[in-house]
Parts: sequence; C-alpha cells; structure tokens
Amino acid sequence: MTTTPSQPAIRASELRKSFGDHVVLDGIDLDVPEGTIFSLLGPNGAGKTTTVQILSTLIGADSGQVRVAAHDVARDPDPVRAAIGVTGQFSAVDNLLTGEENLILMADLRHLGRREGRRRAAELLDQFDLVEAARKPAATYSGGMRRRLDLAMGLVGDPRIVFLDEPTAGLDPRSRRTMWQIIRDLVAGGVTIFLTTQYLEEADELADRIALLDHGKLVAEGTANQLKRRIPGGHISLQFADTDGLEAAARTLGEALRDDDALSLQVPSDGSVKSLRALLDQLDDASIGVAGLSIHTPDLDDVFLALTGQPDKEKEPAR
Amino acid sequence: MSTLSYAVADSATMLRRNLRHMLRYPSMTLMLVGMPIVFLLLFVYVFGGTLGAGLGRPSGGRTEYVEYVTPGILLMTVAAAVQGTAISVAMDMTEGIIARFRTMAIFRPSVLTGHVVGSMIQTMLSMAVVIGVALLIGFRPSAGPVEWAAATGVLALITLALTWLTVALGLVTKSVETASNLPMPLVFLPFLGSGFVPTGSMPVGLRWFAEYQPFTPVIETLRGLLLGTPIGNSAVIAIAWCAGIALVGYLWAKKLYNRDPVR
Repeated sequence: MTTTPSQPAIRASELRKSFGDHVVLDGIDLDVPEGTIFSLLGPNGAGKTTTVQILSTLIGADSGQVRVAAHDVARDPDPVRAAIGVTGQFSAVDNLLTGEENLILMADLRHLGRREGRRRAAELLDQFDLVEAARKPAATYSGGMRRRLDLAMGLVGDPRIVFLDEPTAGLDPRSRRTMWQIIRDLVAGGVTIFLTTQYLEEADELADRIALLDHGKLVAEGTANQLKRRIPGGHISLQFADTDGLEAAARTLGEALRDDDALSLQVPSDGSVKSLRALLDQLDDASIGVAGLSIHTPDLDDVFLALTGQPDKEKEPAR
Repeated sequence: MSTLSYAVADSATMLRRNLRHMLRYPSMTLMLVGMPIVFLLLFVYVFGGTLGAGLGRPSGGRTEYVEYVTPGILLMTVAAAVQGTAISVAMDMTEGIIARFRTMAIFRPSVLTGHVVGSMIQTMLSMAVVIGVALLIGFRPSAGPVEWAAATGVLALITLALTWLTVALGLVTKSVETASNLPMPLVFLPFLGSGFVPTGSMPVGLRWFAEYQPFTPVIETLRGLLLGTPIGNSAVIAIAWCAGIALVGYLWAKKLYNRDPVR
C-alpha cells in the first residue's frame, strides 16, 4: 500500500535475528532500488548469509520489516518467491541429475510448460557455457561449472531480483571474471542484484552501493568512493630529483611527511582533482620541479580495517 | 492453474526427481529388496523344515512353512524399503537444493509427497519381486482376484503409513548414518510378532507384545486374504494402526519440514 510508483526492490528495517543467545543480526536497515547491484560486504560470520536467508524467505526474522518485490516476506512469501532467484554459497544443485535435468526441474517447478521449459534450459546452457556438459551428472562438474549451473538454475523463471551469496568464493580468477560478466549482463537486463562478498575488490568492481556488515550491524553504507572518502590515509606522493627540490618543496608545502633518503614528500590529500591542482599550482608558483607524482587513495581494504577495527583475517585461503 | 493442480504438478515433478534418483543410484534399491529375499530363503531352506513341523498342522514341514512365513517376509520387505526412504530423505536434506526449493513458489509439501509416492512405488515393486521368489519356491496362495486386490490394498496401506513415519525419521535426524539406523527396529518387528512363528509359542511378556504390536494384525490379515485362515477383527485393527501411524508420521514430517532449517 504505497503511493510511490517505483518501489524499492528490497527494503528492510530494524532486522534482527538470533540463533539461541548468539545475536547474528542486530537491527539492520536496507534499501535497494530496482535495477541496481547492492553489495553486502563483511568478514565470515558477520551475518551476510543469514541476511540473504531472511530476504529470500528461507528463514524467518525475529523482528523487523522486510519487503522484497513489494511483498512482505513473512506474511506473503509466495509472491516474493515467484520474483526472486537465489544462488547460495553452497551449490544448490541436484548432484544425481544432469545439468540439463536440473534446469528442466526448475522450469517444471516454475510451471513454464514442457516446450518453454526445454527452450529456456537450452538457452541457459548455452549462455552459461554448459552445453557440452549438459548430459553429465552435476556431481562430475568442476567448481566453476557448478557455480554457473547453480546461478543458471536461479535464473530459469527470469526473476527480477537475484540474490547471490558469495558467488565467487573459491573460484579461480578466470571463473570469477566470467561470473562478474554474467552479473553485469543481468543488471543490464534490468535485474536487481543483492550480492554478498568478502572480497573488497568484487564489491568495488560490481556494486552501485556497498554496505559494510560487521557483527550483525551495518557500520557503513555508500558508493565505493563515498566509503573510501570516509577514512583518512589518502595522500599525494611527490618525488624530487635532488635534495634542493625536496628542501624547497618542504618549505613551501609545510605539512608533509619527508623522506630524505627517497627524496620524496607525502602530502595529505583526499585525492580529488581540485586538491591536486591546488598542490601543483603551489609548486609551480615556487618554481619547484617535480620528478614524479602518484596519488594514493585509500582502498576498500583501508575502509574495512578502519571501520570494522579488525583486519579481514578470516579471508578464505581458497581464493 | 488452480492451487490443487499446482499441488499435483509440483508433486509429480518431485516424484520424477525421486524416481530418477532411484535409477541413478540402484545399489540401494537392490540391497533393500535383496535383504528380505535372503531372509525368505534362509527361513524356508535352513529353518523351514523344523519350524514348519512345529506349526502342528497335518502337512507340516517346509512346504507348510513357505505359506506361513511369506506374509511376514512381505512386511519385512516394507520395513527394509522404508529404511531406504529415511536414508534418501536425510541425504536430500543435507543438499543445498532443498534450501533452493524452500525459496521457490512451489507447493511446499511436494518435496515430501515426492519421496512418499516414490518410496511407495519402489516398495510395491520390491514386494512384487519378493512374491515372485516366494511363488518360485512353493508359495501357493488360495486367493482369488478380490483377495489379491484386498491384500495389495493392505500392503499399500502399511507402506504408506511406514513411509510417512520414516520420512519424519529422515527429517528428524542430523546425519545420514543415524537416518539409516533409526528405522532398523522396524525390520525386527515381524520377528516379534506372528511373522515367523505363532505368537502362542512365545513366553507371556513377549507374547503380549507380539499380539498387540501393529505388524501382527497386518500379517494376520494378509494370511487370511492370501491363504484363507480366519481374519477375525485383525483387518479392522490393522487398518486402524495404519491410519494412526500414517497420520502421526504425516503431521510429524510436516512439522519438521516447516520449521526453519538449521544452518
């Protein structure tokens, strides 16, 4: 019952969930507009999978409101289920069935009809490069193939919202790139993506908006750039040809970190074009020659460390 | 399509899935149908001469014992087959695909009805094989078509009841190993009833258990239908037991399946 024409694809408020006395989600709010990629980023055990399980109607929340595809997940799960596709962290494929049979099973359960189901299965096998393995049992598939089949199964009914729970965990770099391209293609087709990952690079690469989840709470939310700007640590590094240049620059710029051995100066900066131009103007005015320059903006690793207060030490070795 | 036709369509889809599993993994089916056949041959050829003589009927001996033991062996076939149900349900629940089914807009119990109907087909086929072997080694039932149909009905009913029960057992266990052991006592129930020897020959405490446990009235009903022995009130008691077990198993399984999956 809303008056706005464009509903957010996913909206959650004050979402809480505990398993026993272990609090997994401690009141999180989410707002994902249609047709965007939203990434929930966090270390192992932060509550990412639990969030996906609640949003995808697999488990119930203890409290809080969740609307997905404009329906309440707790009171009205079936329309939600009809609108979503889910790809879990652990492959949800039937190992005894072939890739093709898995896809047709999904088509049957989506009531696509025999002919349309077969057509859609063939289309997805082609799209996900599984044609050759179509008649082999899923148990014989490699990790990357299983992940592709898993995602393909989630897409059989052309869902408008797709949940991807750590879709590239444990994949080799090439399979990861393939998966990323698939995700971009989906969004290009108007699908909303809810992606969880513990890889900062992945969120940076794909997501329109990123939320950082730590110990069941959202500690930050924004675009990758917004998040990077929230923490200090950015600087411009200036390289000089000789000690005279370094001396002169240090006098002119004042506040800077000087390294006599490397003949370099580190000037604090947010890395924006404006501040860079101001810095260069200052050096020009003083006629100081610069041999080299590099900009260091904080990456999401810095953001992660600064905001969660712990290194992302539990990163899987399988990466 | 209406809700009912979705329910039927989804259950049929899940049934096809379960039948495919049975075809892809035939060793379990073979093991489950093999066990009662081994027991049948063991009891007829090793113990049959002596046990048959103890039945106290004029013809006596091994020929007599084939007739006596076959209904008990049929119940053992059901008990062994539903052990497979518990295993395959428990195996299924460890797979991620069940989580996927739960996030799809499908008729929710279809996962369970697929298992139940699949197991029933498997069990009825197993029983047909066992009856075939029994006929080969001298089982000569006096039943006409009506009695055969009634006996098939009774067997279907006890299969349905035990299948729902073991679906629940498969859901309640945390591991496949436990699921394979939990229904084991069912296989022994025909021994502790009228399956292999008349209950009258047992000591008092055991006899009391043997006479009142659910398998005995089912076995007696089958014996009556196939061989013409008196049925008495066994049929009514058998049907009541089957209905009761089926209902408890169904409600239990439904409750277990509908709870939030644990991670």
